[in-house]
Amino acid sequence: MKLTLTEEQEMLKKAARDFLADKCPKTFVKEMEESETGHSRELWQEMVELGWTGLAFPEKYGGGDMNFLDLAVLLEEMGRACLPGPLFSTVVLGGLPILDVGSEEQKQEYLPKLISGEKIFTLALTEPGYQNYDASSVTVEATPDDGNYIINGIKLFVPDAHIADYLLCVARGKPENGITIFLADTKNPRINCTVLKTIAGDKLCEVVFDRMPVPKANVLGQLNQEWGAVQKIIERAALGKCCEIVGNIQRVLEMTVDYAKERKQFDRPIGSFQIIQHYCADMATDVDGARFSTYQAAWMLSEGLPCTKEVAIAKAWTSQASQRIVALAHQIHGAIGVTIEHDLHFYTRRAKAAELAFGDADFYREIVAKEMGL
Amino acid sequence: MDFGFTEEQNKFRQEVRNFLEEEIKKGYWEPACDSWIQGFDPEFTKRVAQKGWIGLTWPKEYGGQGLSYIDRLILTEEMLRYGAPAACHWFADRQIGGSIATYGTEEQKREVLPKIIRGEAYIGLGMSETEAGCDLASLQTRAIEDGDNYIINGQKTWTSGGSFVNWFYLLARTDPEAPKHRGISEFIIPADLPGIKRIPMIDITGTEAWNDVFFDEVRVSKKCLIGEKNRGFLQALQQLDYERSGMERLMGNYPLFEAIIQFTKDNKLFQQSVIRNKLAQLRIEFEVGRLLIYRVALVMDDGRAPNREAAMSKAYSTAFEQSLAKAAMEVLGPYGQLVGDSKLAPIRGLAVHSYLASKGYSLQAGTSEILKNILATRGLGLPSS
Repeated sequence: MKLTLTEEQEMLKKAARDFLADKCPKTFVKEMEESETGHSRELWQEMVELGWTGLAFPEKYGGGDMNFLDLAVLLEEMGRACLPGPLFSTVVLGGLPILDVGSEEQKQEYLPKLISGEKIFTLALTEPGYQNYDASSVTVEATPDDGNYIINGIKLFVPDAHIADYLLCVARGKPENGITIFLADTKNPRINCTVLKTIAGDKLCEVVFDRMPVPKANVLGQLNQEWGAVQKIIERAALGKCCEIVGNIQRVLEMTVDYAKERKQFDRPIGSFQIIQHYCADMATDVDGARFSTYQAAWMLSEGLPCTKEVAIAKAWTSQASQRIVALAHQIHGAIGVTIEHDLHFYTRRAKAAELAFGDADFYREIVAKEMGL
Repeated sequence: MDFGFTEEQNKFRQEVRNFLEEEIKKGYWEPACDSWIQGFDPEFTKRVAQKGWIGLTWPKEYGGQGLSYIDRLILTEEMLRYGAPAACHWFADRQIGGSIATYGTEEQKREVLPKIIRGEAYIGLGMSETEAGCDLASLQTRAIEDGDNYIINGQKTWTSGGSFVNWFYLLARTDPEAPKHRGISEFIIPADLPGIKRIPMIDITGTEAWNDVFFDEVRVSKKCLIGEKNRGFLQALQQLDYERSGMERLMGNYPLFEAIIQFTKDNKLFQQSVIRNKLAQLRIEFEVGRLLIYRVALVMDDGRAPNREAAMSKAYSTAFEQSLAKAAMEVLGPYGQLVGDSKLAPIRGLAVHSYLASKGYSLQAGTSEILKNILATRGLGLPSS
């Protein structure tokens, strides 16, 4: 057992932290929140050149041949910096699923373009009125039609769809009723995308497929048999969000402790009061619990071990822990923390978004219950 | 990062499990809550000793195995999982032996460590006093030099298993003039010396949990002093880190955790979403606590006393055990109040026992408040004034 990063991972972490501190200050984050695309092409290109889009992919597609644990380190730093843009969507929701289920031909076709930053990918999974991340919530239909499939229906909360080149659309094949993953080209005029305004200022979209034809060659994996693959995508995405949350709350803890040391009332730093100290101690405990449960699951995923229970534990824990941490951070920061003059709000808003993404604590508690044999 | 164990460690875990299952099968003891602290069974301790499982981390030259703290954690985790009666050797194995190995004289190492390792030395802790709880350094028990001896006078309290031990570890004031932290020394003394009187204390569950221990002109050899005179408090601080470090803070009630899960299955209660939620949440909290404690063992394997890390894991874990007891009582409803030997008592009364006993978990070995102070000041660098 070993809970420290490798030398290589430490280097990656430091390089990412330094780069993002320089290129992604909160002024930039704010600018991206307010911009239409939420995305800077220049920054994207620089991240591509650093190898971030390709890090977790095999060398033969132009990737860095690293594993999910390495990617976890990067995702943590992205969470710490509140990095805007489609890196998570492209890599975790687009590329890794293609690597999972795509044919060799599809991988050769799409992964190099993804890794080189030329194409942006995302996942169109959830829908209006969806209950949870279960198969029955998928109602967008794919009907065979003369060698093509006609996709019809509405997808919701699709991250970065407005700038994506390809959507991995999870649809219900007719008449068999199984789950199929299609690679939909967003240039098709029968896709209509509306950006929603969100708490985190990230770009979640409503995507309307209006009888959009998709060629047979764009089916990823098996027709009507890919709910298992979708579950794996959800699991990995949830874990990716945990990594971002760990970066987020680690920074929140640091900001809060620094503030408690500096802020004076009654002629002493407020951090010298036991109640504030205990709040900070509770926050630190929650951060470490989030960190270890997240990295445990990331390690297992990297090792190819079954980790449904561990991912569920990590997402349930980090979802709730992040909310406790943010609440205490606000209490300790006092009124300045609820203004936009202070950076805390960036983290508060993102922690809530990440809590909701790919299953909240209730959802994963139920998975843990099942894993316990209940 | 590597969250796995070596093949040897997996084998070791299995060997411990086989041993404990065999013990249960033979009817030597029943899995019980709190048996690491209340299960005094010298025969069990001797059988564990025969396996070479006491003093696992101590140097080989004194009879230890020279293994890692992760190895020891695997051992203790399994002992706790099965609720094994390990109280006779637990304290010596966890903290006193290590303290003697670090600070003791060669003679003490040659005398006491092998006795612990053989399962013959059962050591009670003489730390707290009626007026020295959280503020341990204000203790008043005196040890005054007299030729080759010290004369000890005073009273210790909350000595777990005081009736069963044959040695005491003692913190006493050796320089009343010095600042309170700098006038204290550590001793290891036989428990049957003239002038020592023990009076049992009954805890809220009705169990004899502790002793008051009185010292009236007790003459002990200077050879009983551990380490340097008047530096005992500093030496003891490290020992407290080890005292807080272990899995017993999370798994002392593990038999209850298993029993309440089985109970919901047997009675089909698990279909109720409120109960599913409660138990799943406990499992999540348990697994997080387990990781916090494995981190502590890694810190110790790095050769550092696990100060802030053990403060964190102990405060966290005792809160978990209280949540476990609370949830178990809620699942059992009115039956939860029936104590172990009552007609109709469910799951052998484990829940009601833990519900009551767990009130003390966040007090012993450092209150959660003291632990959070440590984490905040020494861990996070918050100022104390």
